[in-house]
Amino acid sequence: MDLSSINPILLLASLMVAATPVLFAALGELIVERAGVLNLGVEGMMITGAVAGFIVAVETGSPTMGFIGAAVAGALLSMLFALLTQVFLANQVASGLALTLFGLGLSALLGQGYVGVKPPSTPKLDLGMLTDLPVIGRILFVHDAMVYVGLLLAVAIWFFLARTRAGLILRAVGENHDAAHALGYKVVRIRFAAIAFGGACAGLGGAYLSLVRVPQWTEGMTAGIGWISLALVVFASWKPGRVVMGAYLFGGVNVLQLNLQAAGAAIPVEYLAMSPYLITIIVLVIMSADRSRAPASLGRPFHASH
Amino acid sequence: MFKIEKRPTPSAKWNWGAPIVAVVLTMIFGGALFAVLNVNPFLAIEKIFYEPLFGEYSFYYRPQLLVKAGPLILIAIGLSLGFRAGIWNIGAEGQYIIGALCAAGLALAVYPMELPILFPLMVIAGAIGGALWGLIPAFLKTRFGTNEILVSLMLVYVAEQLLASMALGLMKNPEGMGFPGSRNLQQYPSANNAELIAGTGMHWGVVAALISVIFAYVVLSRHMFGFHLRMSGLAPRAAKFAGVNPTRMVLICMGISGALAGMAGMFEISGPAGQVSIDFNVGYGFTAIIVAFLGRLNPVGILLAGLLMALTYIGGEITQSQMGLPLAAIQVFQGMLLFFLLAMDLLTNYRIRPAAKEAV
Repeated sequence: MDLSSINPILLLASLMVAATPVLFAALGELIVERAGVLNLGVEGMMITGAVAGFIVAVETGSPTMGFIGAAVAGALLSMLFALLTQVFLANQVASGLALTLFGLGLSALLGQGYVGVKPPSTPKLDLGMLTDLPVIGRILFVHDAMVYVGLLLAVAIWFFLARTRAGLILRAVGENHDAAHALGYKVVRIRFAAIAFGGACAGLGGAYLSLVRVPQWTEGMTAGIGWISLALVVFASWKPGRVVMGAYLFGGVNVLQLNLQAAGAAIPVEYLAMSPYLITIIVLVIMSADRSRAPASLGRPFHASH
Repeated sequence: MFKIEKRPTPSAKWNWGAPIVAVVLTMIFGGALFAVLNVNPFLAIEKIFYEPLFGEYSFYYRPQLLVKAGPLILIAIGLSLGFRAGIWNIGAEGQYIIGALCAAGLALAVYPMELPILFPLMVIAGAIGGALWGLIPAFLKTRFGTNEILVSLMLVYVAEQLLASMALGLMKNPEGMGFPGSRNLQQYPSANNAELIAGTGMHWGVVAALISVIFAYVVLSRHMFGFHLRMSGLAPRAAKFAGVNPTRMVLICMGISGALAGMAGMFEISGPAGQVSIDFNVGYGFTAIIVAFLGRLNPVGILLAGLLMALTYIGGEITQSQMGLPLAAIQVFQGMLLFFLLAMDLLTNYRIRPAAKEAV
């Protein structure tokens, strides 16, 4: 194995790229879960976002339109889940699984004609002087806008949850929906909005995969990243700051194992490829000792009659 | 408008009516989807639901029905036990792969010895392999409180990588001219899960599926364990007071569902699939989740639902080859079915009435 072929600066730079899809999806799911809803359909919304973003970007030639399309597609798909769980009062676990299975099929169907097509490239953000900084510039300031949007989103979500009235209401709905309802808050409406936001974020994460990270469309390309995002929310104890940390950790593991594969490490490729999933399990085990942080109403159905 | 009222007990009528309505709705909306894809919806629905059973070539498709329904039913029966108790094993696909790898590994290790006892040993190896893989999330859940949904699912991806590694490495056919994939167990009589009655598709896996249906039925309706299982799902606190040990319940449910999924993998790899290859698993473990729900987590229901889902698989192949309908359309179709089913469940647990006049 030739470790010298791994450039630490490139590695750290690509870590930020690898972390971005997970970051978006996990931040979206964080809001959904803080509102007391467990949406296991992240994988399905992500892949639908990936294909929708890809198609829109290819057809319009604009990656920006692609990302917008992906967010809309993710949000639309998540409305199916919202309808099932909030209006039809269906089991959230089963509905989330259904969303994932449906999304995987739908994306494969939509993407039929787009396999092997090259998407328009997403431009790097021009940060002028910053990029010229030694080392740091080439790690932090060489990316496209979405990398920074993801980080800003994390800050915005932190501010929203911790410092605004709307954030407080959202948390109240997630902690005790009956009390929130009694106070006159529209539990179902708030949850619909949270689910839509989660869908849009998952869609953005998916589009980042198909438009920037890979960049190509292949069936089933999310390969469990949506599920890892779900694990990440648990890992982060439902806190946005720790979601960023977790996403970067995941990105690091992923980039490192890809680099080791390329460098011809003595470990077979398949074992390296399973490492992100194994590490996710290990981290989950460590973090699940403390369940006290989970929103109290998480996963419980709400019906105003009682 | 309407008012939704919780029923004191779930409606028995709608419990069985909901899946039927869901299937009809799926046919209507699925048909609309086919129409959007420029395929004649009536013809497509006929090809999916009628042609495999009664069409001109049904002699070819009918055996396929059992071949595909076998693993779906076997896995779904195992899953349904856990789902009833509120234990979500959604990594059956991984347990299916590991069961197949354990069984195939055993057979390949003793190749080419002809042992009459080999096949039963392989069944046991498959069951143990699947059970152990399923017990990982169970153990982590009971010991550390880790979410079994996420862990069991992560282990699917780990199992897939293991499968690839085996197909390309350890279990690769030494006489395979360097192609990936193991020796074909169909050509190894002691290990082959052959058709029991020619032309029916009936193999040991189908027999095992039928036995599991009967077994599950008896356990759920006649045995104390079944009662405890249902109680754990419906009223966890009451179950605890009644002396049900939740830790044991998780371990047993995950162990059984893992074992059944592992056995399904074993019967598949020694029969219809034949060899360890990268594309061995085709998603039965995930489709079985739909089967379990469609069958109302009831053994007899699962039997019927498994046959119906097998039908959509075969129908999907027919519509793909004859009408150019993408195979993914069938996946959407199956997902839709689960959506409608979950939505229709509202009618089982709630009553809908016009809310116009309220008595004061």
